[in-house]
Amino acid sequence: MVFEHDVLIIGAGLAGLRAGIEAKRKGVDVAILTKVYPVRSHTNAAQGGINASLDEGDSWESHAYDTVKGSDYLGDQDAIEILAQEAPSDIIELEHMGVIFNRDEEGRLGTRAFGGASHARTYFVADITGQALLHVGYEQSLKYKIPTYNEFFATSLIYEDGAVKGCVAIEMRTGELHVFKAKAVIIASGGVGRAFEPSTNALICTGDGMALAYRVGAPLMDMEMVQYHPTTLPSNGALLTEGARGEGAYLVNSNGDRFMSTYAPNMLELASRDVVSRSEQTEINAGRGIDGCVMLDCRHLGADLIHSKLRQIWELARDFSGVDLVTEPCPVRPGMHYIMGGIKANFNGQVKWGESAGQSVPGLYAIGETSCISIHGGNRLGANSLLELVVFGRRSGLHAAEYAMTQKHANVGESRAEIDRKKITALLERPQASDMVGKLRMELGDTMNQHVAVFRDEAGLKTAVAKVKELKQRYQGIGLQNKGKVFNTNLLSALELENMLDVAEVITESALYRKESRGAQFRTDYPERNDAEWLKHTLAFQTDSGPRLDALEVTITKWQPQKRTY
Amino acid sequence: MEAKVRVARYDPDGNRDHHFDEYTVQLAENAMVLDALIDIRENVDETLSVRCSCRSAICGSCAMRVNGKATLVCNTPMSRVAPNGEQITVEPMGNMPVLKDLVVDLEVFWNKVKAITPWIQPEGPKPEREYIVADEHMQNLINTVQCILCGACVSDCTVLEVDPSFMGPAALAKAYRFAADPRDGHKQERLELYSQASGMWDCTHCFQCVEVCPKGVAPMDWILELRREAEAAGLKDHNGVRHSESLAHSVKESGWLDEAKLAMDSYGKFSDKLKLVPVGVRTILKGKMPKTGPFHHKRPGAEHVTRIFEELEGKHS
Repeated sequence: MVFEHDVLIIGAGLAGLRAGIEAKRKGVDVAILTKVYPVRSHTNAAQGGINASLDEGDSWESHAYDTVKGSDYLGDQDAIEILAQEAPSDIIELEHMGVIFNRDEEGRLGTRAFGGASHARTYFVADITGQALLHVGYEQSLKYKIPTYNEFFATSLIYEDGAVKGCVAIEMRTGELHVFKAKAVIIASGGVGRAFEPSTNALICTGDGMALAYRVGAPLMDMEMVQYHPTTLPSNGALLTEGARGEGAYLVNSNGDRFMSTYAPNMLELASRDVVSRSEQTEINAGRGIDGCVMLDCRHLGADLIHSKLRQIWELARDFSGVDLVTEPCPVRPGMHYIMGGIKANFNGQVKWGESAGQSVPGLYAIGETSCISIHGGNRLGANSLLELVVFGRRSGLHAAEYAMTQKHANVGESRAEIDRKKITALLERPQASDMVGKLRMELGDTMNQHVAVFRDEAGLKTAVAKVKELKQRYQGIGLQNKGKVFNTNLLSALELENMLDVAEVITESALYRKESRGAQFRTDYPERNDAEWLKHTLAFQTDSGPRLDALEVTITKWQPQKRTY
Repeated sequence: MEAKVRVARYDPDGNRDHHFDEYTVQLAENAMVLDALIDIRENVDETLSVRCSCRSAICGSCAMRVNGKATLVCNTPMSRVAPNGEQITVEPMGNMPVLKDLVVDLEVFWNKVKAITPWIQPEGPKPEREYIVADEHMQNLINTVQCILCGACVSDCTVLEVDPSFMGPAALAKAYRFAADPRDGHKQERLELYSQASGMWDCTHCFQCVEVCPKGVAPMDWILELRREAEAAGLKDHNGVRHSESLAHSVKESGWLDEAKLAMDSYGKFSDKLKLVPVGVRTILKGKMPKTGPFHHKRPGAEHVTRIFEELEGKHS
């Protein structure tokens, strides 16, 4: 079938939903296409909260500066200023939309402390903030009657007459391919955590949007910047919120020392994530860990606080590690959590990397983890990610709606789906092979987690690059057991793996390209930050022979790079 | 550890028969049921379809039945359902049509959620800043928003089994969240909507939803709260209200339940009461009429029950 909308959003997490609401308010016909039902999206996983300088003693400049410093000066300061300035009104709007924020004694919004922040400016709903926000976003999408195509997986973007004009997608329920014509497309499809094993990320985080955009010429920016979260469970990589440390939990090594005093004497456990993860890994490598972990100690917080404000992580520790946080410390280690890099977009979500012709993909927008607007630069501060979703969701929804009003639909019909249909049919018809999708993904995940993790060097990265290329080659030979049409999750996994392989190749090549240590990228062979040569973004463009890397100036407004200590 | 799993299969593209396939896989000691299913579909049998995503009991994708009971397989340890390495049985959720294997058609479920006007409707001008609300109100609501809309309660709801039109536990728990939100301006209309046929009064308090809810939301408790709110709001012209009032009245006055009177009292209109006549006849013919028939009498010591009621009522007034 052929569907037609003014604005099409791919992904129904909080960014996509927020964009949809704003486009709808502007009066255009908007629809959301998503591979899972909206409330299944990975926004759920954000536990701790959402930042804003609402407090009287706080200021947007302070929030912006903390974000710039957290980014290791790689964030674009024009976008960061917008983020910090618009945060307070967006939080108030979320409250008006129905979010059940925790309150203080006076019934006003209450805050908690968070990593890398000089002021307690994190607003929260227990430790289910992302879930609470996502569900409200879904409720509002129902209120605004925004149609959602649930369990549809986009297989390619339609690029016609020099602009993006929609996408082709497979309907999981029937296995049918459909053409979605749109005057503007917003990609809001999340990160690529599953390219790493283990990861805190949900199984759906497979870099789909990044791969789609990359294949129509959009550059992926700062893809080497992969955040390892300091407190993940060793068994399955599940996340324990930074809110635990925000509430006062300690990190201790095998000697029982609060080792963060060595690495971040002022901020201790609440230094930024790259710093804490590196410190943990240093302790573990020096033999002061316990089975490859350090300990998160919540005992002194008391049962009442743990059960009210940290209930979910108490459950996670119990279920996955058999630990009662009230009475025992819990083993944790750095685990892949988030990618700061993504589709290069500006502060309106437009995919654009310069003012000249050929330095944009008209009609294409990117927001949320899939994008790199670049708020987070080399390292994201906790509780800035939910904020990014609402601020840039809103801004891109508005901009895309206004753009769509000036555009016409492309002259494409049902036949456009034929390209994708042929590819999928060929994949299904390939004979049985020894390489299964799951096996290749596991090899990819192991490789990335081994060589593209907290500490990196040229030899390891070259090994990873070679391995990813090998896996891409082997992917061409895989065969699927499941040949069916209805809810073929085998086929879906194969298409997701193809996306992850493209994105992983960019991550490893970008990490090899940046010959310095900044934010989440720590090169043991280049251990210092080198502003003279590397205060710049990496851009990766697709070519037939792999990614072509280039550099882009960082936008600096108020804050010149300084030495970064916590 | 070795996990033996019997999985319900259904392939609409193939021969369309419902059957079970048996698998044995090796897993880590603390593995969840989901780990077994993922291992099967990635390494053994790629034709198995399963919905799953977060692995942390937060996205609600992987609700299905293990040994006959709905649960999230991502936080159900193998060691709990098979402590001695027994074979476990995994089936799709109930009360929803199966699309393939363990994947059900969730439209039934979402439509129930959509029917309760699931968004806040404040009245009057919005405050410049946030609404000022006591934290205890918010904490009470946070208990209901722990719900991740996984569908486990709907799967095992015994009312839905006989009456698919019932709003169901998940939607009604969410309904309470809006009715009890001090920022909402349409409480009365909401309570009227939720009091309609197939609404809050159709729950039979069988406790299934409380038992299977993987997030401890206990939907039935919120349905009971909704009823209290509805009664307090004066919405008493419902069979459900009459039913509970008659029940309480008969126990208070006689020490036990007057079943025949309960049935009669529950219906408001005379024409509805008349419809009970054939039911009564069938009850007699099947030998199910209470021995006392219509001649209900006080139990010895009933005055003590009356006193308990009066004491409690005194406390509440």
